[in-house]
Amino acid sequence: MEILDLLMLVYVFVLAIFVGFELITKVPPTLHTPLMSGSNAISGITIVGALLSAGAEEFTLSTILGLAALIFATINVVGGYLVTDRMLKMFKKK
Amino acid sequence: MQIVSYLIYLIASVLFIFGIKKLGSPKTARQGNMLSSLGMFLAVVVTLLDQRVLTFEYIIIGIVVGSAIGSVMALKVPMTGMPQMVGLLNGFGGGASALVAFAEFYHLSDVHSALDIPTSVTVVLSIIIGSVTFTGSLIAFGKLQEIVTGKVVKYPLQNPINVLLFLVSVAAGVFFVIDPAQIDMLFLIAGISLVLGVLLVLPIGGADMPVAISLLNSYSGIAASMTGFVLNNNMLIIAGALVGASGIILTIIMCKGMNRSLMNVVLGGWETAGGTGAAAGGDKAQKPVKSVDPEEAAMLFDSAQNVVIVPGYGMAVAQAQHAVRELANVLEKKGINVRFAIHPVAGRMPGHMNVLLAEAQVSYDKLYALEDINDDFNNVDVAFIVGANDVVNPAARHDKNSPIYGMPILNVDYSKTVVVNKRSLNVGYAGIDNELFYGDNTLMYFGDAKDAITKLVNEIKGL
Repeated sequence: MEILDLLMLVYVFVLAIFVGFELITKVPPTLHTPLMSGSNAISGITIVGALLSAGAEEFTLSTILGLAALIFATINVVGGYLVTDRMLKMFKKK
Repeated sequence: MQIVSYLIYLIASVLFIFGIKKLGSPKTARQGNMLSSLGMFLAVVVTLLDQRVLTFEYIIIGIVVGSAIGSVMALKVPMTGMPQMVGLLNGFGGGASALVAFAEFYHLSDVHSALDIPTSVTVVLSIIIGSVTFTGSLIAFGKLQEIVTGKVVKYPLQNPINVLLFLVSVAAGVFFVIDPAQIDMLFLIAGISLVLGVLLVLPIGGADMPVAISLLNSYSGIAASMTGFVLNNNMLIIAGALVGASGIILTIIMCKGMNRSLMNVVLGGWETAGGTGAAAGGDKAQKPVKSVDPEEAAMLFDSAQNVVIVPGYGMAVAQAQHAVRELANVLEKKGINVRFAIHPVAGRMPGHMNVLLAEAQVSYDKLYALEDINDDFNNVDVAFIVGANDVVNPAARHDKNSPIYGMPILNVDYSKTVVVNKRSLNVGYAGIDNELFYGDNTLMYFGDAKDAITKLVNEIKGL
């Protein structure tokens, strides 16, 4: 990776943070817990990296680390989305 | 093929953004969460088609094991245990990012002879942030689950040790970037960061957990972003940045809710609380407290027109949310207007009270945030405090010597009558006496929240 490539990624990072700020300031306090668990599930996106490492052809140290990462990330993703849905189901207006 | 997968990664990123946008209203929130999970599903499927993925045994094992643990956790956890659940999930996310960075490092050093500077820098950052998030979250989980003490823990040379450890890991990072063949440095960095996570969260007290959990949530996002830099993947960077921003905003809201700086919370603050708390406790004995029995309390509620219920962590501990809803129902049947006032830092995580009340089937339009209800307490006949303490202490408004001076509070003392349900006159988290309890218009209704409220409901029904 060249420094310029890195800079392009930094661009995306900074802009995405601004998008995040704009979106999240609009979330009402009543939904702060589901926001947290739902965004937490999104941070499990690191699962993509785990899949790449765990699926390598040769079995190396990298595969073991990838498998551990995959288990962690899957717990994060599956647990996070399910528990968020469980909570959001309860928010009702009568 | 790569073009297709890049496009699908873009779609997934857009779905994450839309998902969070829809979390802006309780009506669309559930749909938003589903959009976001669809994005995740697409991202996973496309990754499985990547040319680097050649064997599937370990992937199947990982996904099956992870999904099983994740679903059991998500379906079994009681709503009162939500703060520790989120804490734990943060930890897994952070840990996964650190592990991915390690795995990528080994993969890249096999493929290329030497790592370039941008890659090695981001590997180091992923490992630092991911490891701190991992152990920090485990300690936060332990504190919330009461495995680790919920008290503020102080150890000698607390700050110098943390700063020193941080500097050593930065130095090791620099050595690694200069010469990426020094794998020892990566292990050193990981080890120090794991210790640092423990040391940073250990001093934070139980009631400051909303800040700690929000901050760790932010870290788990930033760790995912850093992994995106390592993998050169924009989708990871975007998703991680969204989470990072979300955590930071919640952290700021929580700090404002306590009128404290982030540094003060992280360093285990409210240091002055011990001194003034003891002083305030000293003259407690002289002050008269008016207490009330269920029958009198029932009559008081019965003659009210406007009732506001203020829940706090005590409601969660006593699992009294269903009893509270029962009370609201009984009063509403009598034509009494019942609302709920929720302080931003009530409970152990942002929005904790709202989730418990939603579980008890309280309609969300009856839940009012501090700024939406505070000017209306003058018109309230009965304010009913259930397990909240410091957030309703009027000393925060006028007593410059109070450690909580300046903290925004719910002005319940402006109501005609305040009924406080509490087990005893014990102090709250800030360690100070609550002058609300001795107010002329305050009645103490002692007892365990669940029992006391159930008794109250029966009395009101009998009237």
